[in-house]
Amino acid sequence: MKLLLKIWRQKDASSKGKIVDYPLNDIEGDMSFLEMLDILNEDLIQKGEEPIEFDHDCREGICGTCSLQINGRPHGPDRLITVCQLHMRSFKDGDTIVIEPFRAKAFPVIKDLIVDRTSFDRIQQAGGYISVNTSGHTVDANAIPIEKQKADDSFYAAACIGCGACVAACKNASAMLFTSAKVSQFALLPQGRIEATERVQNMVRQMDLEGFGNCTNTGACEIECPKGISLENIARMNREYLSASMKG
Amino acid sequence: MGTLDSKAPSGPLAEKWTNHKNKIDLVNPANKRNIDIIVVGTGLAGGSAAATLAELGYNVKTFCYQDSPRRAHSIAAQGGINASKNYQGDGDSDYRLFYDTIKGGDYRSREANVYRLAEVSGNIIDQCVAQGVPFAREYGGLLDNRSFGGVLVSRTFYAKGQTGQQLLLGAYAAMNRQIQRGKIKSYTRHEMLDLVIIDGKARGIIARDLVTGEIERHSAHAVVIASGGYGNLFFLSTYCMGANVMAAWRTHKRGAFFANPCFTQIHPTCIPVSGDHQSKLTLMSESLRNDGRIWVPKKLEDAQAIREGKLKPTELAEEDRDYYLERRYPAFGNLVPRDVASRAAKERCDAGYGVNKTGEAVYLDFAAAINRYGTEKAYTSGIKDPDATTVRKLGEEVIENKYGNLFQMYQKIVDENPYKTPMMIYPAVHYTMGGLWVDYNLQTTIPGCYAAGEANFSDHGANRLGASALMQGLADGYFVLPYTIGDFLADDIRTGTIPTDAPEFDKAEKDVNDKIARLMSGKGLHSVDYYHKKLGKIMWDKCGMSRNATDLKDAIKEIAELRIDFWENVNVTGSADSKNQELEKAGRVADFLEIGELFAKDALERNESCGGHFREEYQTPEGEALRDDKNYKFVSAWEYKGEPKDAVLHKEDLVYENIEVKTRSYK
Repeated sequence: MKLLLKIWRQKDASSKGKIVDYPLNDIEGDMSFLEMLDILNEDLIQKGEEPIEFDHDCREGICGTCSLQINGRPHGPDRLITVCQLHMRSFKDGDTIVIEPFRAKAFPVIKDLIVDRTSFDRIQQAGGYISVNTSGHTVDANAIPIEKQKADDSFYAAACIGCGACVAACKNASAMLFTSAKVSQFALLPQGRIEATERVQNMVRQMDLEGFGNCTNTGACEIECPKGISLENIARMNREYLSASMKG
Repeated sequence: MGTLDSKAPSGPLAEKWTNHKNKIDLVNPANKRNIDIIVVGTGLAGGSAAATLAELGYNVKTFCYQDSPRRAHSIAAQGGINASKNYQGDGDSDYRLFYDTIKGGDYRSREANVYRLAEVSGNIIDQCVAQGVPFAREYGGLLDNRSFGGVLVSRTFYAKGQTGQQLLLGAYAAMNRQIQRGKIKSYTRHEMLDLVIIDGKARGIIARDLVTGEIERHSAHAVVIASGGYGNLFFLSTYCMGANVMAAWRTHKRGAFFANPCFTQIHPTCIPVSGDHQSKLTLMSESLRNDGRIWVPKKLEDAQAIREGKLKPTELAEEDRDYYLERRYPAFGNLVPRDVASRAAKERCDAGYGVNKTGEAVYLDFAAAINRYGTEKAYTSGIKDPDATTVRKLGEEVIENKYGNLFQMYQKIVDENPYKTPMMIYPAVHYTMGGLWVDYNLQTTIPGCYAAGEANFSDHGANRLGASALMQGLADGYFVLPYTIGDFLADDIRTGTIPTDAPEFDKAEKDVNDKIARLMSGKGLHSVDYYHKKLGKIMWDKCGMSRNATDLKDAIKEIAELRIDFWENVNVTGSADSKNQELEKAGRVADFLEIGELFAKDALERNESCGGHFREEYQTPEGEALRDDKNYKFVSAWEYKGEPKDAVLHKEDLVYENIEVKTRSYK
């Protein structure tokens, strides 16, 4: 198929960026979206131009590195996948495709389509853990039975890949879905209850410090999340936060 | 040629580790605060090591090329992690896990290391549960297990098809706790370009900030290399795109011996190549072989009709299907080890029974499992006489619950529904058992330089069993290195900070800058990917699932020529003093072009077949691997001497005191 790509180019964090047009021919449906960009880059290199930089690594939808806004949607038109799992069969001959980086104040552009998401790391550092030491001398793994439903719910929250699509999808660039997923993973487990109060307070404080926006319950984050992280997590975090505030 | 001392402690097998821990030197908590450690790589091994070392009180610096430690490729491990908990009461024990691992590795790994791995495996599960890793559970609330290849017990703990993700996020969380305490300084989007050795000891690294292009010096009292494997030298593999051998290879070039480079794991169940545009291959977890049956058509004409799209696999009668693993290996069936399953798939496809357009695919079929689970579920739901549609629906639900994300991945890539038609799979490069040679303390041949996880060679011999990589990564990082590194660092309590203005740092930095300048000044004929793909093709065709002396000799020659071509003609666009993904790739491919040659040389030197190393000249009449224990029961450890062809072989003899060395059989 023949495509017209309109791609955001930006030299570095301090330069101004712009959209540049790239026509591309002979694209097959079985190619992944990133393989299509590989082909474009190979063409650019042959012409002596600088290829387009974009973040990607595992190319199987689990590392959370890839982060493209395609025709205005994080990870493109299909649901429950990352860009690296998107295939060109989702497009048709003659399509124009606009490719931009994830946009948010807390995700500054580094170059072209690459953004800095270390704000997510700092939210996790503020409390996204259980404070046990790593000596291995804890109780036996089966000493604390956990209700299957709770364990499964905890797993579904923990399945977040930290890609930032929730932020890119949100008109307020809120990180509530991301933060609440981690808060929920631990809040649902008996091991995580012990520090639940401090955890939610510290993580929410850091989230605000990073400049993420507020949640206005539009639900766009849940729709665009490649891992289907549920809005229930935000509700759970709000309950945890309220209860923590009352405890002081 | 020299011989190597593993430093494995003497004494009874089960007491070696405890005795060793009791005897090695310790560093007192106050002194740990004066000691710096660099950890390169933040996957399971690096992340867990960094967290534990920091918790013990050392000052740790971590380096990863990704934008966050959480993205290391350990995250993509799907199926599970082994531990000899024997929760199922099916006869598991430390000894059995030890035995299975040695046998699975085709008697090419070190007894003492493997026993230690089995011994600490249970603690890993305790540790991870305490950290909040949400493992799969049964309705009674206790942990669930499943089976993996090459074993007869259920010892694999899992979190759906995302076990690696959950374990890595556990290690990342432990790291975050130490980052918050100021005990770990995390350098992301950084790449190690060289190791700095002062007075014979590893004392620092040269790294490049991948965003600014700045070359940095970092000093420490010890350096841990946990940068993963080198399977990406095949270009197409299940590795992530950025996976590289740079840290390990530059360490090798500074004096660390590289062990068993030709021991590579080709995983039997990956999604087949679809075309020339392909950039990577996707694994379908081995756990699928718990329930999936592997087959090809019995008749050549059926295979041809399927390839031409005239026949559907679901239309083929049961008696026209060849479940070749169940036929050849009745005892283990579809759960034979990976090397055996991969070769069997290649054998059928080479014989003309392949089922996709290119003839390089076999079926992995869930119809029988869907039927079995559906029937059971119908009964337990009180439906006594279920019809076929109900059974199918219920069965598909059970399968979805167990493997849902894998089925979704398959459907997205292949555009076929694996609940309705069998998956097509083919072997792909997945893991490297070879790596930096380490002794029992995980120390390389450079004092103060350690290697952990896939980056070392230590525990898997010539073939790794499924769900053992996660176990080894975490064992090394959480439970082994934190003890053994103290033995070395005990001498450094009065050393003080290592200055980065030492002449050794000047020299290493100059070497790095020269190399970058050379890469940037290629004539610009071909892109980096062009060379990477060419190398990958040589490797796959001549050093892949089966090898012979003629091909290996050709490979050595072709790789050496390609390397010369690369350095003269490569096209690296952009500049070195800014973000430049082409330059990053070029540095990595330059190293692959060296290790590729050593790989072929190692494979040529080893005149036997063992595990994943299959030499066509050495096989039984049934086509099974034929080991030569008399002449090759050793670890090959190569010393760098300039060009790969000049590498010098050292041997570590493998001594089996607790296990009888015999022919591996899964029949």
